[in-house]
Amino acid sequence: MCNPFGVFLRGRLLTRRQPTYVIIPPVDDHARLYRMLFLIRRFEETVLAEFKRGVFSGTTHTSLGQEANAVGVISALSPQDAIFSNHRCHGHFLAYGGDLRALFAELMGRATGVGGGRGGSQHLHWRNFYASGIQGGGAAMAVGRALAFRRAGSQNLVTLFIGDGTFGEGLLYEALNLAALWSAPLLIVVEDNRIAQTTPSELALAGSMTGRFSAFGIPCNELDSSDVLEIQAAATGEAAQIRTTGKPRALILHTCRFGPHSKGDDTRPAGEVQRLQAERDPLRIHAPRLAQAERTQLEQEVEAQVQSAFEQALADPFPQLVEGRP
Amino acid sequence: MTTVLESLNAGLHEAFAADERVLLLGEDVLDPYGGAFKVSRGLSTGFPGRVLTTPISEAGITGAGIGLALGGYRPVVEIMFGDFVTLALDQLLNAAGKFGWMYDPAVAVPLVLRTPMGGRRGYGPTHSQTLEKHLLGAPGLTVLAPFHLAADEPGRLLRDTILRTGSPVVFIENKLQYLLPLLDSAALAEFEVELVGNPQAPAYRLGLRDAPPPGLTMAAYGYMAELCRQAIPPLAYEQEIFVELIVTTQLAPFELFPVLDSARRTRHLLTVEEGGRSLGWGAEVLAQAAETIPGLKVNRVAALDLPVPASLALEAAVLPDVNAILRAAVEMLH
Repeated sequence: MCNPFGVFLRGRLLTRRQPTYVIIPPVDDHARLYRMLFLIRRFEETVLAEFKRGVFSGTTHTSLGQEANAVGVISALSPQDAIFSNHRCHGHFLAYGGDLRALFAELMGRATGVGGGRGGSQHLHWRNFYASGIQGGGAAMAVGRALAFRRAGSQNLVTLFIGDGTFGEGLLYEALNLAALWSAPLLIVVEDNRIAQTTPSELALAGSMTGRFSAFGIPCNELDSSDVLEIQAAATGEAAQIRTTGKPRALILHTCRFGPHSKGDDTRPAGEVQRLQAERDPLRIHAPRLAQAERTQLEQEVEAQVQSAFEQALADPFPQLVEGRP
Repeated sequence: MTTVLESLNAGLHEAFAADERVLLLGEDVLDPYGGAFKVSRGLSTGFPGRVLTTPISEAGITGAGIGLALGGYRPVVEIMFGDFVTLALDQLLNAAGKFGWMYDPAVAVPLVLRTPMGGRRGYGPTHSQTLEKHLLGAPGLTVLAPFHLAADEPGRLLRDTILRTGSPVVFIENKLQYLLPLLDSAALAEFEVELVGNPQAPAYRLGLRDAPPPGLTMAAYGYMAELCRQAIPPLAYEQEIFVELIVTTQLAPFELFPVLDSARRTRHLLTVEEGGRSLGWGAEVLAQAAETIPGLKVNRVAALDLPVPASLALEAAVLPDVNAILRAAVEMLH
């Protein structure tokens, strides 16, 4: 892959036919991308830290380590595109432009939450963003939503985020078949963090991931990177192809989960996670592209923003059941 | 004479003609076949591009229907046999039914999933079931089953549901009911029929014309409501048991007031269903009625809690017929 940015690229493309993406981001893009990466990182860290204090209830699945997938892919989409996300959806939601305080509030079960406290961490909806907690459950809906775009004559597409664990669900394959058969403008983004809850891919996945897409005639590219610019470039290329051809494509992002699946349920040796953090931290990869002073100022701003949103959500009221709401 | 099948087919045609956003997804639905039971016949010819014949993927097409509904369409998903609705249950229960509540603001899912239930055709354990009890009580899911009155056709209910609903509806059809002619004034000459409830979810009160006050309330829906209707004259003429039959079309959310209203007067309530006896529709109707009406006498007619056998002799022993209704009524009143 040619390097349009003139910086060292840590990731590598695994596909033999390497797509050529030449996307020149606007000058302020590095800062904008870093801001969002840092925002997601600090949101998720706050969630895990405060869970221990009982501020949040229920469960949660953080995007720690996978921030660049959310930011890279979603920054490559149009605001009118639809997104179907999954249990690990905070990063996607924030990168889509979702409100920080409303997300904190939703995880705290407050009335001001994204879903008024009814959905919680995994069930977020705002504009054209839908997340739900059933593995693969959004796959066929994403196809249907994409068909609705196409039938209405729109150029919009749908992005479906799945994980390596989702390959175990049968509905996914029904959806892939339908998407290819009916030419749905659908981008399937696989976030392959190589572990489903506690089960490594080797114990859950026979055959190849790419083979699963090629069986349905869905073009598939792979990227082993935590560099937001590489991911953004790849997603931009995929999205452009989909808008031109009107057909589904898949992008497999080999990634790393820094946190537990949920909370405190990480069975990996501590050394392994530390190694991933040292080698594949999307923030550390992107940070050198910003001047030190700019980065420090930006981090302080985000820190204050996260703290303020958290405090506001903490002061928000709990909801009450409303009679007559269907 | 118009049959239920023809009425439902006409209702679909009317819905397609009235609103371009109406689409149909289902297996083998293209003409000339027009679906396994022919309910969708003519649509692919009359409305090209709006009928999608699908792979054998009940969950997938239900999900695709939900996605189309989120995108502003009014999809109708045809599931060939009601037995196959289990394959789509996750999409109905965990997605379609929840979006109107767990998201804020509520997300409309104007999806109608149509499917035929019921036995008596010897199709055996996986093609003869009456499974709607497994769908009842799921928050956000409306379950409708039409009655075959000429004065308020099943096709009218289907058409209006497709055109007006803002939340997912499972529309339960019945294989034997398909073949029934609509009950017109000649067929109902002996009966008085009254609409109770709203037209989106009508209930009907049936009794013999000029009969004494009823001493027994029967509650039923779909094809079993027809068997109840057939039981009413012999019960009156041979047993002097006068029945008020309440036919409901909305099974969920639970609409019980016409049943309760009648049972308060008769003090006797018999539920009649083709689904298995335990933990089903009748059990819930009777439980709620008993909670509300002190001293109410109750009984149930339902299928045995067994798979539906293929052999017609065995099937007849498992599924309730008119004689079972007559026996239960006599048992209660004598």
